Amino acid sequence: MARTVTTRQKALNTTLAWAIGLLIFFPILWTILTSFKTEGQAISDPPIFLFFDWTLENYAIVQERSDYLRFLTNSVIIAVGSTLLGIVVAVPAAWSMAFVPSKRTKDILMWMLSTKMLPAVGVLYPIYLLFIKLGLLDNRWGLVVVLMLINLPIIVWMLYTYFKEIPGEILEAARMDGATLREEILYILTPMAVPGIASTILLNVILAWNEAFWTLNLTAAKAAPLTAFIASYSSPEGLFYAKLSAASTMAIAPILIMGWFSQKQLVRGLTFGAVK
Amino acid sequence: MKYTVRALLGATALCSAAALAHAETLTIATVNNGDMIRMQGLTDDFTAKTGHTVEWVTLEENVLRQRVTTDISTNGGAFDIMTIGMYETPIWGANGWLVPLDDLSEEYNVGDILPAMAGGLSYDGTLYAAPFYGESSMIMYRTDLMEKAGLEMPTAPTWSFIREAAAAMTDRDADINGICLRGKAGWGEGGAFITAMGNSFGAQWFDMDWNATFDGEAWANTLNFFKGMMDESGPAGYATNGFNENLSLFQQGKCGMWIDATVAASFVTNPNDSTVADSVGFALAPDNGLGKRSNWLWAWALAIPAGSQKTDAAKQFIEWATSTSYIELVAANEGWANVPPGARVSLYENPNYKDVPFAQMTLDSILSADPLNATVNEAPYVGVQFAAIPEFAGIATDVSQEFSAAYAGQQTVEEALAKAQALTNDAMEAAGYR
Repeated sequence: MARTVTTRQKALNTTLAWAIGLLIFFPILWTILTSFKTEGQAISDPPIFLFFDWTLENYAIVQERSDYLRFLTNSVIIAVGSTLLGIVVAVPAAWSMAFVPSKRTKDILMWMLSTKMLPAVGVLYPIYLLFIKLGLLDNRWGLVVVLMLINLPIIVWMLYTYFKEIPGEILEAARMDGATLREEILYILTPMAVPGIASTILLNVILAWNEAFWTLNLTAAKAAPLTAFIASYSSPEGLFYAKLSAASTMAIAPILIMGWFSQKQLVRGLTFGAVK
Repeated sequence: MKYTVRALLGATALCSAAALAHAETLTIATVNNGDMIRMQGLTDDFTAKTGHTVEWVTLEENVLRQRVTTDISTNGGAFDIMTIGMYETPIWGANGWLVPLDDLSEEYNVGDILPAMAGGLSYDGTLYAAPFYGESSMIMYRTDLMEKAGLEMPTAPTWSFIREAAAAMTDRDADINGICLRGKAGWGEGGAFITAMGNSFGAQWFDMDWNATFDGEAWANTLNFFKGMMDESGPAGYATNGFNENLSLFQQGKCGMWIDATVAASFVTNPNDSTVADSVGFALAPDNGLGKRSNWLWAWALAIPAGSQKTDAAKQFIEWATSTSYIELVAANEGWANVPPGARVSLYENPNYKDVPFAQMTLDSILSADPLNATVNEAPYVGVQFAAIPEFAGIATDVSQEFSAAYAGQQTVEEALAKAQALTNDAMEAAGYR
């Protein structure tokens, strides 16, 4: 029997949802507002919310001081490149785990996830030395590989969850019709898992976009992405809050816009299989 | 005639080609602060003079430290010049990680570098980094509030006077705190302040056998005095205040006194940013009658990592950026108040710079700090607000966290000191000092 929801309950739920949404969004809103203040207004006590002389001065200074487009290009290449490479590696891995599981499949999945629990700084020196030997320091493609490896457990796990929802009989039927393994994955499995793959791509692009430890430690001037762009405006000795906010707004704007347009896929992807 | 012209043109082309062949692109890692950003804006002058171009990697101070330490300790060669401080220079110089700056040109005049700076940036008598700017710490105070309190700031005050003045200037109803000091955890934040303050109370980090000395009376006196004074007259939440938080409070007229880096003087006297710009006075950091003041000594300096393949061009850049002609370039573009201070003797002899209100006090503060003899009793280490050993940064960060917890009332001063004593001794034992 369907549960009756009163108008009052609906209004209450809506208000609560909006309040939680605003609370979560508030730090981003505050960053955006601060980016239009002067440094003096940015530190004023009590804080100024909306009523101040809005200025674009910080954006002009950031634009003049930094080559934003270079940082942006690096971020796009590193985030998109590492995610796509991850998908190429993870699709066959997730297929085998979902459709031809062995006794140890669950253990392998847990082991993969456990690598995410390793503190990154613990392997900084080995990876740094490896990068020096391979000539990959301050190189975008080196970072593409590292970020792919870092996010691979998440990609495999997500794809594995989506693939498990697809009936194995369909793949069996394709095999009986003479499909090779490559054709089975490319033409049968992948099209059916498109929503899941799309949300995996979206989530991992966001993760790679925001990754700061490796992108700061393995780059210098050429391959530095937007995380380094933001770090260049932070300072413990001097007031740079308004400029830092302008730089942060410029750094998060592309991913914020992408997230806005793809929110349905993201939510669907993240809640897929949650309720059976 | 025709052949002469052709020959001349050919020679010119060859010279240009030769110059281009030697033109290098230098990658420089630096911190984000006003002086460094100003230098980045003036780099065209260097390129015009030498043909070399520069790529900047600007990072927040702590991120930069981690980044350049990783690179230099692995001989990574990602940077041709690094911005480092007085803490790193002697340690890295001793390890052979830096190119010695012992062949700088005569025109550069190494002898003009302030002796305190040159000493702190050398190892075994060899200069390993050239100071871009230097700083000490001093008292910045509100002359109007001091007058209102019926007191007069001595040029060289004692801690007891400072505590008395702070109490007299405090007006909680008007949101004025008598004194603002760093309490924030971090070896370069509250850790630096309390170490320098401890020097004036007779405290020190280690005895001559590298044992921690937090169980002594001097440290208990230092911390109890600091906490007592800040609880009476400091701002709410001072345990989490660092340089920026106090700068913000002072500029908004909410601090009677602030003891911090001398470079802050140009910020608090700048009428564009500070509401109290016209009523700021300066005095030496306080002492406690034991012969040592509580001011520190620091320099941001430029050094060449041993892994760089462009040492000649890098030296040219360092000579350009830390020269007297660079100071004149900044003065011509931005005024004398904005030139990088604290590095060269000649700056303080320049009549134009003598008009800057905080110039003399900055110099006096720098000259009164001695990194080789910073403590009342003999100590086995060099450094005023730090001990120049590789383990110090990690230990001091942990210790300052314990101190901050005591300031915040999460534990007593005695508990904080006992923990500091234990963790320091453990770390020193693990590192093989004890």
